[in-house]
Amino acid sequence: MRTFVLTVLLLSAFASGARTIEVGPGRAVRSLRAGVELAQLGDTVRLHSGTYREGAIVIQKGITLIGVGWPLLDGQGRYQQLTLSGANIRVQGLRFTGTGYSSMNDYAAIGIIDAQNVVVEGNEIRAAYFGIHVANTRNCSIRNNRIIGIPKTEQTSGNGIHLWKCAQMLVEGNDVQGHRDGIYFEFVTYSAIRKNNSHNNIRYGLHFMFSNNDSYADNVFSRNGAGVAVMYSKQVKMLRNHFERNWGPNAYGLLLKEISDAEITGNTFAFNTSGILMESTNRIDVARNVFRSNGWGLRISASCNDNVVHQNNFQGNTFDVATNGDLMLNRFNGNYWDKYDGYDLNRDGSGDVPYHPVSLYSMIIERNPQSVILLRSFMVSLLDKVEKAMPSITPSAMADAAPLMKPYQR
Amino acid sequence: MLKISRYVWSDIIRNKVVIAYTLFLLVVSLSLFQMEEDPSKAVLSLLNIILIVVPLVSMVFATIHWYNSYEFLELLLTQPISRGKVFLAEWAGISSSLAAAFFVGVGIPVLIYNGNATGVALLLVGMLLTLVFTSLAFLASVRSRDKARGIGAALMIWFYCTLIYDGLLLLLLFAFADYPMEKPTLALSCLNPVDLGRIYIMLHLDVSALMGYTGALYKDFLGTAGGTVVTLGILLLWILLPLWMAMRTFKKKDL
Repeated sequence: MRTFVLTVLLLSAFASGARTIEVGPGRAVRSLRAGVELAQLGDTVRLHSGTYREGAIVIQKGITLIGVGWPLLDGQGRYQQLTLSGANIRVQGLRFTGTGYSSMNDYAAIGIIDAQNVVVEGNEIRAAYFGIHVANTRNCSIRNNRIIGIPKTEQTSGNGIHLWKCAQMLVEGNDVQGHRDGIYFEFVTYSAIRKNNSHNNIRYGLHFMFSNNDSYADNVFSRNGAGVAVMYSKQVKMLRNHFERNWGPNAYGLLLKEISDAEITGNTFAFNTSGILMESTNRIDVARNVFRSNGWGLRISASCNDNVVHQNNFQGNTFDVATNGDLMLNRFNGNYWDKYDGYDLNRDGSGDVPYHPVSLYSMIIERNPQSVILLRSFMVSLLDKVEKAMPSITPSAMADAAPLMKPYQR
Repeated sequence: MLKISRYVWSDIIRNKVVIAYTLFLLVVSLSLFQMEEDPSKAVLSLLNIILIVVPLVSMVFATIHWYNSYEFLELLLTQPISRGKVFLAEWAGISSSLAAAFFVGVGIPVLIYNGNATGVALLLVGMLLTLVFTSLAFLASVRSRDKARGIGAALMIWFYCTLIYDGLLLLLLFAFADYPMEKPTLALSCLNPVDLGRIYIMLHLDVSALMGYTGALYKDFLGTAGGTVVTLGILLLWILLPLWMAMRTFKKKDL
């Protein structure tokens, strides 16, 4: 069967006039540079295993470059190994190491610029400054790559997958670690980020700037400086992602700043210092998420407007919701709160007394962070009880009118 | 000395208060673990018991027992035994019986349902607090001959440790909100054994929240192995210092 498929593929290649050029030690073509120069539009370059130290190679025609037996492209600490520019280019199965570092240029193992219909699939990139750097490009896929950086400082590490001014991009199934931002989006529209695993990055697992109409789903963001930062963007969909163990001072699972009309559904936030931090967000729908064992489940600043938080589960968080002011223009409805101690007389599944998720003590800590030392002391629980009976400091508008009695089942 | 402790033990078992205390702790901890599906939440509720009930019971029981066995102590001192030995035997008898009650009442359920690092920390702190407050109770009762005054003093110490001190600390934190107060706060929390125990357990429980902001500093200091040693060392000091002071008073005291 496999030989049949291969034959058919080869035949179709011949039919369209495409050739295959074998490159490797002991083959007709020994250097990748020569192989790329030889190739015509539609040709395939098969790069056999070996280490290639050929500096910067630029591909400007629609060819396929496939690694056989994991050939290694060594940038010798000086070069951007591969630059792709043009249309219909495919790069697959290569290994990269030693990409150059420069404070002037953003050197990447694979740079894609002014291109379209490019596929970068199944490569392994180690010790690169930037992993994959994409600029001014449309309609590309970046799939199943493994990118392992050496985490240094925010200034001397690049991003794992960096997209600038792109549209209709697909970033899927990549594993990124040890970079500044795992995946970085700036001016990227109508694109999808799916099933990636971004972990142990210095700053953010995923970083959005000025990128509208995008979606990210089914990704895992764990142990980053902060999980995901979405800033100054509109119409972003965030579905079924896992935000885990983003710990540290100023660490968040998800940081939202100046976001409008986003949808946050079915995500899991577990063991983060803060699950979500919202600042100046408008019309965000936060639904059916799980907030488990976070320091703060949801921090929503008083500058947020018209957000709706419903059908989420808040379980085992030290503080469920915290805010920094008296103003509250957002709605909470039908969430499950494990700290809720109300009752349900008519047995319709939602509690009969509203739940106030902001505790007095979380307000106190907001004003005086040092008083976190008194957490869980008898006096603090006493203060919280008094505040619950006679609310005076916590914003009274911040209430869930119909809290669920049982956790929401997906 | 062991013989005297054994007498104290048999006396304690006969008056059944410690047995009731054991049962109370056992019922509370078992029902907490049964009720909450998440064992870590039960540990949280248990934390409150440990920080409030354990000191209170240790304190009141030790004080009352001291005054009730006053005649027995006087009788013992007519024998050729040193005062220090009698005193330490009495302390060992009471504190060990209370610690045993705590271990059976809280320790066994915790080890069954939640035998991880947090559970062990909880037990350690509970045990140490039992000993600390027995020592403090001895200090309070040795200092005054009057029973009411002694119990009053014991209650005041308890009240101060569980409630007043935290209030004062919060007040202080707000008064000096503009200054870096992390290190002074750490030092201040060493002045209250209940606070110290609470912070020690909290570092195991609320890791995520504590990692934020200033919490990171507390975690850096108290969460490390060195910090653990310091915490436990200070709690040990809280046991030994009042005990030593009480013993000194007892040795010189005109009975």
